[in-house]
Parts: sequence; C-alpha cells; structure tokens
Amino acid sequence: MSNVKPTISKALKKNIRRNFVERLIEWALMFSGLIAILVTFGIVYILVSESIPFFDSVSLKEFLTSTIWTPNFEIKNYGILPLVAGTVTITGIALIVAIPLGTITAVYLSEFASHKVKETVKPVLELLVGVPTVVFGYFALLLVTPLLQKIIPDLASFNMLGPGIVMGIMIVPYIASVAEDSMRAVPMAMREGSYAMGATRFQTAVSVVMPAALSGIIAAYILAISRGIGETMIVAIAAGQQPNFTFNPIESAATITAYIVSVALGDLEHGGIGYQSIFAAGMVLFIMTLSLNILGQWTRNKFSERY
Amino acid sequence: MKKNNLPENKNLDLIRALIIKHKKNDHIFAGIGFFVIASLAVALLVLFLDLLINGYPKINLEFFSNFPSRKPEMAGILSAWMGSALVLFVTFFVAVPIGVAAGIYLEEYAKKGWFADLIEINVSNLAGVPSIIYGLLALGLFVYEFGMGQSILTAGLTLSLLMLPIVIVSTREAIRGIPVHIREAAFAVGATKWQVTWHHVIQYAMGGVLTGIIIGMARAIGETAPVITIGALTFIAFLPPSPVTEVAPFINFDWLDAGFTVLPIQMFNWISRPEHAFHINAAATGAVIIMLTLLMNGVAIKLRYNIRKKIKW
Repeated sequence: MSNVKPTISKALKKNIRRNFVERLIEWALMFSGLIAILVTFGIVYILVSESIPFFDSVSLKEFLTSTIWTPNFEIKNYGILPLVAGTVTITGIALIVAIPLGTITAVYLSEFASHKVKETVKPVLELLVGVPTVVFGYFALLLVTPLLQKIIPDLASFNMLGPGIVMGIMIVPYIASVAEDSMRAVPMAMREGSYAMGATRFQTAVSVVMPAALSGIIAAYILAISRGIGETMIVAIAAGQQPNFTFNPIESAATITAYIVSVALGDLEHGGIGYQSIFAAGMVLFIMTLSLNILGQWTRNKFSERY
Repeated sequence: MKKNNLPENKNLDLIRALIIKHKKNDHIFAGIGFFVIASLAVALLVLFLDLLINGYPKINLEFFSNFPSRKPEMAGILSAWMGSALVLFVTFFVAVPIGVAAGIYLEEYAKKGWFADLIEINVSNLAGVPSIIYGLLALGLFVYEFGMGQSILTAGLTLSLLMLPIVIVSTREAIRGIPVHIREAAFAVGATKWQVTWHHVIQYAMGGVLTGIIIGMARAIGETAPVITIGALTFIAFLPPSPVTEVAPFINFDWLDAGFTVLPIQMFNWISRPEHAFHINAAATGAVIIMLTLLMNGVAIKLRYNIRKKIKW
C-alpha cells in the first residue's frame, strides 16, 4: 500500500501539469483563430478611421455625386463616380467575355467531357487561377492592345477594352470551376430521369441540370464580379491611371484600384488629403466587394440544400 | 390494324426527325464546348510563349546577379529576387503557424456556437477581400500606426494576412478527411487531446496542409498590389543587410527593417517604361515569375492528386 501512494500522487502531479499545458495550447490555438476576426476588424477600423478626416474636408454629397476626380490638380475635386465608372466598365467587358465562355466550359466539363478530358482540363484550370495578375497586365498592354488597335484604329494605347478582355480571360477558369462544382452536385437521379424521358444530353444539361444548379451558377457570376472589381494590376498597367468619367471602352480611365496604386506609387504624405483619399476610395471598394461576396455566398447556401 | 398504321408511321417520322435534330444539337454543343476550351488553351499558350520567347535572351546568370539599371541591357533582378525571397521567408514563418493553428482550432477544438461561426464567416469573407485592401490595412496599421515603415517585415506580414485564409481552409479540409476512429484509438490508449492532434491528426493531414501552404506561397510570390500600396520602392540598387553575419551570434535581423523591392514590382516598373528594351526585361521577369508559380502550383496539384489516390481509410 505504501508503495502505491506516491506513484498515484506523482501521476496526479503529472496530470495537473499536463492539463495546464493542454489548456495553454487550446488558448494559443483559439488566439490564432481570433486573428481572422482581428484582421476583419483591422480592415474596417483602418478604412473608417483614415477616411473620417477625409470626409471632414469633402462632403459626402460631393464624394458620391460629383463627376470630377482631380486630387492632384490646383482645384481639387473628389467625386468617386469617374473611378466607379471605370471600374464598372472594365468589369462589364470582362463579364461579357467570361460569363459565356465560363458557362460553356462548365457545362461541357460537367455534362459532356469524358473522364479523361475532365482530369486534364481541371488541373490546368487550377494552374491558371494561380497566374499572377501582373503578368496578365503585361499581356493586356503589350499584346492585346496592339492587336486590337489593328481592328479599331481609334483605340488609345491605354484603354479599357484590352484590360477588360484580358480580365475576362483571367476570370473564365474561376467561373468555370465554381459553376462546374455546383452542376456536379446535382444528383445523378435527376439526369437519369431526364434521359429516361428521352431527352438528349444537351436538353438535360439546359433544362434539368442548369436550373437545378442555378444558385451555384449565379453565385459564380456574382463572385466573379467581385473579383473583377477588386482586380488591380491589369487595370493599373493597361487602362491608364487618369480618372475619366466615361463608359466608352476605347478611352482610357482609372478604376478605384488603379487610383490607389497611382497614389501609392507617388510620394505619399502621411495624413495629407491625398493619403486619406485612398482610404475613402478603398472603403467604397471594400463595401462593393463585401456586399457582392455576401450576396454570392447567400445565394449559394440559400438554395443549395434542396437535394 | 393496318389502317391505324399509317398515321402512327407519320408520327414516328416526326419523332425521328425530332430526335435527329436534338442529337445534332448535342453534337453542335459538344463541338462548341471543345472549341471554347481549346481556343482558351491556345490563346493562353500563345501569350505565355510570347512572354518566354521575348524574355528568353535576357535570362542568364547576369540577369540574376545585376541590379536594376538605367541601361536596360545592364539591368537585372538581383535586388528583386532577394527581396521576394526575404519577404516570403517572413510570410512563411508568420502565416503557416497561425493558419495551421487556426485550422486545427476550428476543426478539432472549437465547440459549435457563435464564436466558431464568427471565425468561420470571417475566414471566408477574408478570402474574398481584394488584395489591395490588405495593402491599405498594412499601410495604415503596420507602416504608420505600428511605425514599422516600408520594410521587409511589413511586406511579409501583409502577404501573410493574404495567405492566412488559404492555409486555414486547406488545413480544415485536410483534417476533415481523417476518420474519427483514428482519434478514438489514440484517446483509448490515454492520449490527451493535443497529443492526439499533434501525433496523429496533423501527421496524417500533412499532405493536404502542405498543398495549401504551397498554393498560398505561390500566390504571395505574384502578389503585387498590396506591396505597392504599402509603398515599396520600385528602383532599388542595394541589398538588405545579410541575415547571416561573420561574427557571433551569426544571425542578424536588421534586414527586416530594410527597404526592398519584389519580382512583380520590378516587372511592373519595367512594363511602365516607354522603351522597348525594358519591356524585354519585363518579359524575362514575367517568365521567371510564371515558371515559379506554375511549378509551385503544379507540385501542389500533383501532391493533392497523389493523396486522393493513395489514402483509403
């Protein structure tokens, strides 16, 4: 008996230390998870706190309604609309390219392609998602724009068309993979039912699979818009960095992101209004992409549990 | 019976015509689909080949050992690849421990509830935040509020924030694939929760975690906008202080505070110049970046493919 006692207490001692270490580790892990929340709060805090002084000198009304953005001129004007117009135009061109191509690719991969084709194309798509955007910017400025100038002689060397098209090509793999995932999730029984009624592959794809996967396909489009709006390097390189209130794709214009880059490249005076203006612009960008992302995720989750 | 056969025959012809028509649609769409994918592949191949062919004559040892210069034929990417390497070094050591730990927490430790939900929502939203916003965060917080300046440390931390969601998501996915009975077996022989996690769960999830880390690092190499936003210089003709010194303690952390440039910024700088000779330098830099990222992504995809094939619980 006397031999057993000390062993038990030793084990208990070890247990206390062990439990303490376990608790410590759990706290450390939780803190790591907490960082994700802290980053979001950090983003909101910085954007708000740095743009409050901006809105002291520029009224919200001027910011949202004026069509002139000339922060570097003698007479300073801060109307975000020209930057929004540039952003919307380029993203629009990108979507005109990416939505049809991405959807066709997704339908083909999910409903038509043989297993072998699928196994080759999907990894290649994944590879393309990893290509840095600065490289796509190079293509837009030095390859696609000169090519387009042969077709449209009026095209400025900085324009919105070239980067829009290149951005569209960049987004295709993204739309294709998200849309394909949602089409693959449609249960086989639905396809079989359709085939049993005598429908062909194409009929099944268009009238059974696509409607069933519609929420995922629309989510793919919405997330693609968000990506286009936030894309920076392609437009900063190839669309010019001059704010220009126009929707004409053959003119040059700046997007919100391109403006931030152009200011950051210059001499940044900390606390100056130029410095503050990029945070105000960033806030607009953040609100736009955040609401699109939430909308996209909501669409995907809301309608995806029907089967 | 024979009288009824005639109209039915007519119907049958109609149906056959319909079937042929729809079958034709099938073939047409299959053709279009194949054409779209093939032309996308060809277009991208042409673009990459153009980059390679333009840049190829520049890619030699001198290109890697020269500083950028006013003379395009002398200019090289020494400071840029050094900068990229050091920034990624910081990124790796910040993002990997935090990302993996957060992933473990969410999968193994967190109880279902508002706190875990909150973290989850934040992670998925952070993955969709445009990279330039991270640049603004870093500019306001790291550069000015924390006074870290436009240094390698700032850039490394910025890119690690970008990489975090990727590491967290892939860690979670890898852990989720491990069956409960592995954990139960370890618990049954008296292991603590952390022992189960560290000795078993993470070991078996390592392949998936690694895949996420590689993909995240590949993304960090090519990321330009946030690094420009924090105010990285575009023309750097010096190297940061060496991390390794000749006298004890042989390691030196001064390089963390040094000014720097990275590969994609160097490329951006050369694209923006009007002279064609600089565009060739840009193409060469682009080729280097593309090869690095494609190689890393390729390894990651292959790794994931192998894991999927090999492991059957």
